[in-house]
Amino acid sequence: MNASFAVQVGALARRSVFRTIRQPAQVVPSLIFPLILISINSAGLQKVTEIPGFPTDSFLTFALAIPFIQAGIFSVANGGSDLARDIETGFLDRLALTPMSGVSLVTGQLAGVLALGIFQGAIYLLVGLAMGAHFEAGLAGVPVLLALALCVSFAFGCIGIFAALRLGTGEAVQGLFPVLFVFLFLSSMNLPRNLIEQDWFQTIATYNPVSYLIEGIRSLFITGFDGEALALGFGFSIIIGLAFLAASVASLRTRLTRT
Amino acid sequence: MPAAIEVNDLVKVFKKGPRAVDGIDLRVEEGEIYGFLGPNGAGKSTTVHVLTTLIPPTSGRAKVAGYDVADHGADVREHIGAALQEAALDPYLTGREHMRLQTALQGLARDERRVRGDELLDRVGLIDAADRKVGGYSGGMKRRLDLALALVHRPRILFLDEPTTGLDPQSRSALWDEVERLASGEGVTVFLTTQYLEEADRLADRVGIIDDGKIVAEGTPSALKAEIGEPSVEAVAADPDDRERLAGVLARFGDDGDCPQGTPDAVAVRLAGGESNLADVVRALDSEGVAVEYLQLHAPSLDDVFLAKTGRSLEGEGEAAEPAPQPA
Repeated sequence: MNASFAVQVGALARRSVFRTIRQPAQVVPSLIFPLILISINSAGLQKVTEIPGFPTDSFLTFALAIPFIQAGIFSVANGGSDLARDIETGFLDRLALTPMSGVSLVTGQLAGVLALGIFQGAIYLLVGLAMGAHFEAGLAGVPVLLALALCVSFAFGCIGIFAALRLGTGEAVQGLFPVLFVFLFLSSMNLPRNLIEQDWFQTIATYNPVSYLIEGIRSLFITGFDGEALALGFGFSIIIGLAFLAASVASLRTRLTRT
Repeated sequence: MPAAIEVNDLVKVFKKGPRAVDGIDLRVEEGEIYGFLGPNGAGKSTTVHVLTTLIPPTSGRAKVAGYDVADHGADVREHIGAALQEAALDPYLTGREHMRLQTALQGLARDERRVRGDELLDRVGLIDAADRKVGGYSGGMKRRLDLALALVHRPRILFLDEPTTGLDPQSRSALWDEVERLASGEGVTVFLTTQYLEEADRLADRVGIIDDGKIVAEGTPSALKAEIGEPSVEAVAADPDDRERLAGVLARFGDDGDCPQGTPDAVAVRLAGGESNLADVVRALDSEGVAVEYLQLHAPSLDDVFLAKTGRSLEGEGEAAEPAPQPA
């Protein structure tokens, strides 16, 4: 009488979504904080657009990709903390006593993060447009943007789940938060890579996959459908997500010592 | 007929940790309530975690529902339900949502999930609170929901790890009634760990007493108490200066080798002639002119058994639950 994989994932996903939307402390800061930052940055850094070669005359349009990544970083903390709490409270043991598979748990656990990712993406787009940002890809670009937001949430959510399974406590998962912000700051967050003058910074930004996530999202705002940027954005987010998903499933086998 | 649970020389040693379970043997028959009694840290929860397949044994053999826990974990889990320490529930979900999750993961058909969930919520008295978030439940309600969740797939064997720790007497009594009903009405085998003597005495058909990872005594509660022998009498002199005289009189009726005393002022002896000696004790105290402010006859209890086997009293060991075992 084992539940199918789809039923298991569905049941766990439902729980993950309910748990996420019932914790305003998870939803509100991850929505508001990036919007506050972009409001401040776009007002203060507008002059940057006067640098020759800057791809747009609106810093807001240029920077609107950043909240999507910041939301992803929040999803590491949120998704990871939820799973860590399950480990600490023994809820994971309850699940381990059912025929649930490890892949179902990890996949289902991501549902709340993914739902939140799409919701946040839609809000950032709407607020950005209301503030005067330009969205070059137009209406047809909206589902692409939301799909990419979903992939970014998937990538960061899998990092959070992996961290929870390796570290086992919510506090330790929260400790990753500033580390991931360093990746964001060392990317093409505030300048296109070709305009970064410091060689070392440009090199790091080039090797930093976060740059490609930002540039994929940014391309929809500035250039429309840029195949290369979108391919790199989707590609890196999916590869990161799948790599950490596989690592999470392996870690779960270690964490769940059930026979 | 094969036993519901059969354990031979089971050992569990944690990395850099204690020998939590140290070569235990036990056998629990189908439909029996087996009480696993012991103080905090004795190895009760670790044993449950091994028997429910959550952690592998270090050595020895354990069969549950006829399946080896080390080699056939999935088969074991199919036949067992478990309510572990500290009811592990999600405070953001309602009782009904917990049932929905559990029924889905246990593979119940879609149209059966709601029916089974509501049936169990009704049985444990939570149907009216089914749509409230569990974060607002009392400790007793959480325990009852935990029990209902463990029963979703109609297990043959139920593991309850300190199910009434921290509960008020009313909630405790309600849970006891449900456990008794499960065993007598549905033939469910119950493996119950507890540090409460009264709980083991009332519920268990047989009791295993564990201390420092070893089973130090096993049998029916009445047989274990009978092993201890005669009842004891405990008295406190009205005048503290008469304590020695009081001890001298009581000594004529037995010895104080293993008698627990309620207070330091009390004197207790095990009555060599049984409870019929009590009248003689009172007459002797009267004839010697020793006034007492307190005199009590104690029938042997499971605590006396524990004291006799370990040299310590189980009562007053503290209310805190035994820490959950860490992964190996």
